[in-house]
Amino acid sequence: MPDIAKTERRIVGFLCNWCSYGGADTAGVARANQPTDLRIIRVPCSGRVNPLFVVRALLHGADGVLVSGCHPRDCHYSTGNFYARRRLELLKHFLPILGIDPARFAYTWVSASEGQRWQHVVTRFTEEIHALEPAPHFEELEPLYLSQRQSTEPKRPFMPQPPDLLAKLKEEIRTHLPELDCVLGWQKGRDALHAVPFFLRQEEDLERLSLDATCHNSLVRYLPEYKGKKVGIIVRGCESRALVELLQEGLIAREDLHIFAIPCHGLLDVARLEEELGRYQHLENLVIEQDSLRITVDGKERSFSPQAFLRSTCLGCASDEPVLADTCLGSFTAGESTPVTAPELALLDGLNLTERLRFWRGVMDRCIRCYSCRNSCPMCVCHDHCIAESRQPHWQSAEHSVTEKFFFQIIHALHLAGRCTGCGECQTNCPVGIPIFALRAHLNRVIAELFSGYQAGRDAQAVPPLLSYMVDEANIQEREWQ
Amino acid sequence: MSNDRFLAKDALGDFLCHCQGLGYTVYSPQKQEGVRESVVFAPWQKGCEIQLAKATVSPKHLLLPQSEVLFRFRHEKGEEGKSSAVHLEDTSQQAQPTLLFAARPCDARGFTMVDRPYLQGLYADPYYAKRREGLCVLTLCCNSGCESCFCHWTGGGPSSPEGSDILMTDIAEGLVLQAITEKGRKLLAQSDLPEAGAASDQATELRRKAWQSLDKAPDLTEAPHKLKELADNLDFWTEQSRACLSCGACTYVCPTCYCFSISDERRFSGMEEGVRLRSWDTCMARHFTEEASGHNPRALKAQRLQNRISHKYAGYPENWGSFSCSGCGRCVTHCPVGIDIRHIVLAAIALPDTQAKEARS
Repeated sequence: MPDIAKTERRIVGFLCNWCSYGGADTAGVARANQPTDLRIIRVPCSGRVNPLFVVRALLHGADGVLVSGCHPRDCHYSTGNFYARRRLELLKHFLPILGIDPARFAYTWVSASEGQRWQHVVTRFTEEIHALEPAPHFEELEPLYLSQRQSTEPKRPFMPQPPDLLAKLKEEIRTHLPELDCVLGWQKGRDALHAVPFFLRQEEDLERLSLDATCHNSLVRYLPEYKGKKVGIIVRGCESRALVELLQEGLIAREDLHIFAIPCHGLLDVARLEEELGRYQHLENLVIEQDSLRITVDGKERSFSPQAFLRSTCLGCASDEPVLADTCLGSFTAGESTPVTAPELALLDGLNLTERLRFWRGVMDRCIRCYSCRNSCPMCVCHDHCIAESRQPHWQSAEHSVTEKFFFQIIHALHLAGRCTGCGECQTNCPVGIPIFALRAHLNRVIAELFSGYQAGRDAQAVPPLLSYMVDEANIQEREWQ
Repeated sequence: MSNDRFLAKDALGDFLCHCQGLGYTVYSPQKQEGVRESVVFAPWQKGCEIQLAKATVSPKHLLLPQSEVLFRFRHEKGEEGKSSAVHLEDTSQQAQPTLLFAARPCDARGFTMVDRPYLQGLYADPYYAKRREGLCVLTLCCNSGCESCFCHWTGGGPSSPEGSDILMTDIAEGLVLQAITEKGRKLLAQSDLPEAGAASDQATELRRKAWQSLDKAPDLTEAPHKLKELADNLDFWTEQSRACLSCGACTYVCPTCYCFSISDERRFSGMEEGVRLRSWDTCMARHFTEEASGHNPRALKAQRLQNRISHKYAGYPENWGSFSCSGCGRCVTHCPVGIDIRHIVLAAIALPDTQAKEARS
């Protein structure tokens, strides 16, 4: 957009066809004085405005984005702006964690007859944008590198799986295996520290079944692949919530599942243990006890405190009670889940907006776009049809720029809004250790704030917050433009 | 090893500065803060900490960038807004002298495996050739094996020289530098590093010990034949790929996976200007082989895993006479679900011939 006088800012406006665009027209016909910084994109309804439109504009250099639609209860399509209101309010709360000033984005309602109001809205918003510095260029920011090793006490102390749990589980699976095509569990991979998913089909497979704090993979990820087949699955509390999400979305059928629920007192962060162990040739022994974790490599025994090597995503877990189960093994801890801020999110909370953007500039640079974050996410159900790779519409360029890499994380996070059950597989599986869980954890926090403590996967009958609306929202203030 | 030079640990920075003075852009392994340790090859500047750790991601991006512009294009609008002419702008650049410091022997051998199709085939790739010409590789020998790497299975070893210009051995107080190629000899001659003298013997001894530390490698001579037999054995590959998530971690951390995609990118759709990009692509993704008709010859992840393993251990050897896996083990350590290429190749070899054939139906 050329700006001859260099005094304009670049502001993008998404206006609904039926009200706000008409309002802008009315203001024009009335020859009302308006600032010229705004570039208008007409959309059928404010409900058409994907929050990603806004983020994309802001990441690519827009100084401000304004969305305007029909007044609530006055939508041309009855309910479009009710959905929009939830999404846009969520976005407003999401932008700060990216390091984008939420003042750069506003949404409001202007009807076709309100030419004067439109004049007021545009003038006010443009003034506000002019009061800010021009938007920073993400790619040109000085990266900020920070240590991401903050320790937080786990909400529940770590405990190893009770010694008899595996035997009991095997017995249960043995009983049910004849009526199932497959049971999803874990087995040991290349050594005792590295567990891998395991697909049990026959009784002989039971010998290889493994169960300890190194078994991190979320098996729920595989369920949609087995649609139509009778499948058994071993789940812990967080995984049972992911399973509920898939049921809510109709991607799996309850009657096809046999859920074996097991207690969980935290999983180990294997990557950090690998770091401590350094290069080794043979792992000879692994003993996991409540207070000590002993690993023998190349003839030398090393001892660690398991509490200090818990996965960050497990630290805030209050209860391991399964939401759904057919067979419950062991005893579970019930508990009210009061939020604990994940350490990677606490780190970002302590930074100002510019620092956050510089932080993401630094960490996202090494992303190799392997998409293991997406492909290991149990909620990423588009699988082979992700918009990251689609050419039509063309959301993402194949260019390996830090903007494209960061934008993908925003796509992933926003598509998880109200659906993420916080398993943390995205971050655990990132080959280059980017703390992407922070974005999901923040969104979960915002969802709970805006929608009366809603937590994904707690109730199979619940409607996810972004798929519903209330005419009068409890926690969303109508934004007035006095 | 009489011409070897000695580089003291406290003189590493000075040596790299000296190389910069010769016109090289220096890349070295650098630790980056993260939720897990990550070491990447990044441009080195005076003051950067010097890391000797094995990198998380291979240095292949120095020859095959994650994305590169092949040319720029601009459509000229004619009558009725139709495109009447396309202007192309060549964006290829001259070779930039680049020095890769502290790659590992598996990384350097990886370069030789990419060289063959990119330089020695019917058509040499001009973009690749220029970067290759400018690259000087200083490789650090490994002083021991490791649980996930297996260079000696595939014809390499902890001190194999293929692909390196200089081979370095870490003898605690410093590095012993041995020139392998003319380029390496020239670089050492231009430096004021002292002769290694007795340190050379120490280095030789360390290298010998490193070789001795390795577990016995299995015989993989049957692998190409067996994998060819298994090409259509969907049961075998379904079993091996059950846990596969179809992400691209294995291919993108791999020093020898060289497949790419080509796309025309405009900043915003409808713009008349844009670039033709070549970017990394992964054969593990469904869209890699998706045809315009919608048909996909490798629609199943089993077929895609078959392709990746067989390319490295059967297809490539048929064309070029060696495996295209340098045994760096990165795909093993970074697979989110622990798929282990070693186990798959061994499972294929272990399958009796008759069974491999019978199952083809």
